[in-house]
Amino acid sequence: MLEIKNLKAGVEGREILKGIDLTINAGEVHAIMGPNGSGKSTLAQVLAGREAFEVAEGSVTYKGQDLLELAPEVRVREGLFLAFQYPVEIPGVNTTYFLRAAVNAVREHHGEAALNAVDFLKLMREKIELLQLDEALLKRSVNEGFSGGEKKRAEILQMALLDPTMAVLDETDSGLDIDALKVVAHGVNELKRADNAQLIITHYQRLLDYIVPDFVHVLSDGRIVKSGGKELALELEEKGYDWITNGELQTA
Amino acid sequence: MSADTETIDRFVAQEYKWGFVTDIEADTLPPGLDEDVVRHISAKKNEPEWLLDWRLKAFRHWQTMEEPHWPQVKYDPIDYQAVSYYSAPGAKDKDRPKSLDEVDPKLLETYEKLGVPLHERARLAGVAVDAVFDSVSVGTTHKEELAKHGVIFCSFSEAVQEYPELIKKYLGSVVPYTDNFFATLNSAVFSDGSFVYIPKGVRCPLELSTYFRINAAETGQFERTLIIADEGSHVSYLEGCTAPMRDENQLHAAVVELVALGDAEIKYSTVQNWYPGDEDGNGGIYNFVTKRGICKGARSKICWTQVETGSAITWKYPSVILRGDDSVGEFYSVALANLAQQADTGTKMIHLGKNTRSTVISKGISAGKGQNSYRGLVQMGKNATNARNYTQCDSLLIGSRCGAHTFPYIEVKNPTAQVEHEATTSKIGEDQIFYCNARGIETQDAVNMIVNGFCKEVFRELPMEFAMEAQALMDVSLEGSVG
Repeated sequence: MLEIKNLKAGVEGREILKGIDLTINAGEVHAIMGPNGSGKSTLAQVLAGREAFEVAEGSVTYKGQDLLELAPEVRVREGLFLAFQYPVEIPGVNTTYFLRAAVNAVREHHGEAALNAVDFLKLMREKIELLQLDEALLKRSVNEGFSGGEKKRAEILQMALLDPTMAVLDETDSGLDIDALKVVAHGVNELKRADNAQLIITHYQRLLDYIVPDFVHVLSDGRIVKSGGKELALELEEKGYDWITNGELQTA
Repeated sequence: MSADTETIDRFVAQEYKWGFVTDIEADTLPPGLDEDVVRHISAKKNEPEWLLDWRLKAFRHWQTMEEPHWPQVKYDPIDYQAVSYYSAPGAKDKDRPKSLDEVDPKLLETYEKLGVPLHERARLAGVAVDAVFDSVSVGTTHKEELAKHGVIFCSFSEAVQEYPELIKKYLGSVVPYTDNFFATLNSAVFSDGSFVYIPKGVRCPLELSTYFRINAAETGQFERTLIIADEGSHVSYLEGCTAPMRDENQLHAAVVELVALGDAEIKYSTVQNWYPGDEDGNGGIYNFVTKRGICKGARSKICWTQVETGSAITWKYPSVILRGDDSVGEFYSVALANLAQQADTGTKMIHLGKNTRSTVISKGISAGKGQNSYRGLVQMGKNATNARNYTQCDSLLIGSRCGAHTFPYIEVKNPTAQVEHEATTSKIGEDQIFYCNARGIETQDAVNMIVNGFCKEVFRELPMEFAMEAQALMDVSLEGSVG
């Protein structure tokens, strides 16, 4: 589904990703872990198409297409979704209105008729129930004045509505208390299917107590330095990132 | 940040869709301004002696005045002798059309193209329109229906002939001919405009609307609107305006006077879409307008709503004098300064009576190299016991080459008066745009969504028929704005 080859990218001439190779197939959940500054968020932003990040080398193929050639809005319409680490506030724009515009942009891309307000509300209620969210959020402006937890839940609601085939979650667990973490994890697990895939980017192992990955990759200084099964996450938790960054891995 | 700036600064190219010229014969005065021009305009209109005298007093006073330079706008000096002060469609020797049936088809076609059809079969339902083309009114729709209710809605020139007592009583009663440089100039040379009188206790059955069109080159438009709402009456009035695209600047100096007697209500909405000039500041209309209403009687209400998207320079401060006790003044404004546009706009709320209340909601949007200033005065007179004002003044910046400025003035002479002022400034950030993109929403749609969200408190004050139009106009005015 997603194939990243020797991806090198940076911002303002500074190289952050120094050659990433990663293949994700349908039905798989991958976790990328790594210390601060290792390039985790850069990877997420490059996949979503943020212009400020320049790709110097390498390729990203998504469902057979050159992902890097697609505009950000086309990427998400094609099913590649990014849940933001820091969801952006948009004052004055009603959340329900925003979500409907997003859903209809995706539907129109696939030649489906736009949903009217009534049908959309029905769809949204369904997803809210599934994710056990609070409907009151929808009456407010997009992310405006939301708590950290509310923002992350709203991201998961957007993910549920847009029904991506490839979801990238950028540190969705950061800043969440344990209850919020459970709600978010519950949502992500509910949305998992055999024909979609998830890439979970996280600093801490604790999210992986609730979302069980098939593969764990360790990112350090712009490279994936180790890959393994879910047990790798536990090992990291125990030994800390120093274990990787102090060079033992290269000889291991 | 460089990439951010670059993304948003591609916010310029805009197409003005009303920039065409109607090729029509016109009776145009040669450029220049002296007493003879004033006499000539007055004679053209068969005006009574007192009105000519009033014009001449204004002209003589104007000659002693200096153009104001306190607004936060920059422009080359205006040569008032290079402007033609009168241009009317139609040949010199031809009589003015007596009804819409006699109006030149080219004119009807022009208004049709502008989306304001005048002829019977395509008229806007529920809206009566007075169409002003350069210096004259070419026709007014739905007159008969309005007459049934005793409502007078006609061109200013017609009102001078038909209702001279009303004109004599109210002309200059809110904006005296000595008021300010541009209002005084208007008083000397005004050519036409609209007149409205709503009798006691009548709720005007239709929206009234005037559509101002500048067509002729090197011509100024100086129209004058007078609306009188007698006791207990109610009227909603809307004006729209467009002009051809030209490299030269054109002058538009209008005066609007509103009079609300006891328990009357006037709602005055403007969708101003004069040609804004290009991104380097060439061409466009200089819009120097004086608008003022007086809440003369107790419990009367005047509400100004304006959506200002056009003009190279906008200089206007629709104001309310709250003389009647318990009277209410409101001002809702969206002002857009895109390209190289400059807007210095706001309001004055002059509280004289007891328990008078005013609300000011101003939304300034700056994009491109636009400069947007809010300038507002709230004055609480010494008899304005328990008067209240609430002012909210928000600025939205798009890109990094534009500017927003706020100049609030507050004068309070009564200790029981309450004045509140809130102000915010925000910027459409590249992060907001990217967030919308990442949800499948195109950049232009994202900008429109954010701008409309920002403006919605004002848009919802517009008459329903025009709220959608204003939103669409805002979208078009920001078209091609963000890359």
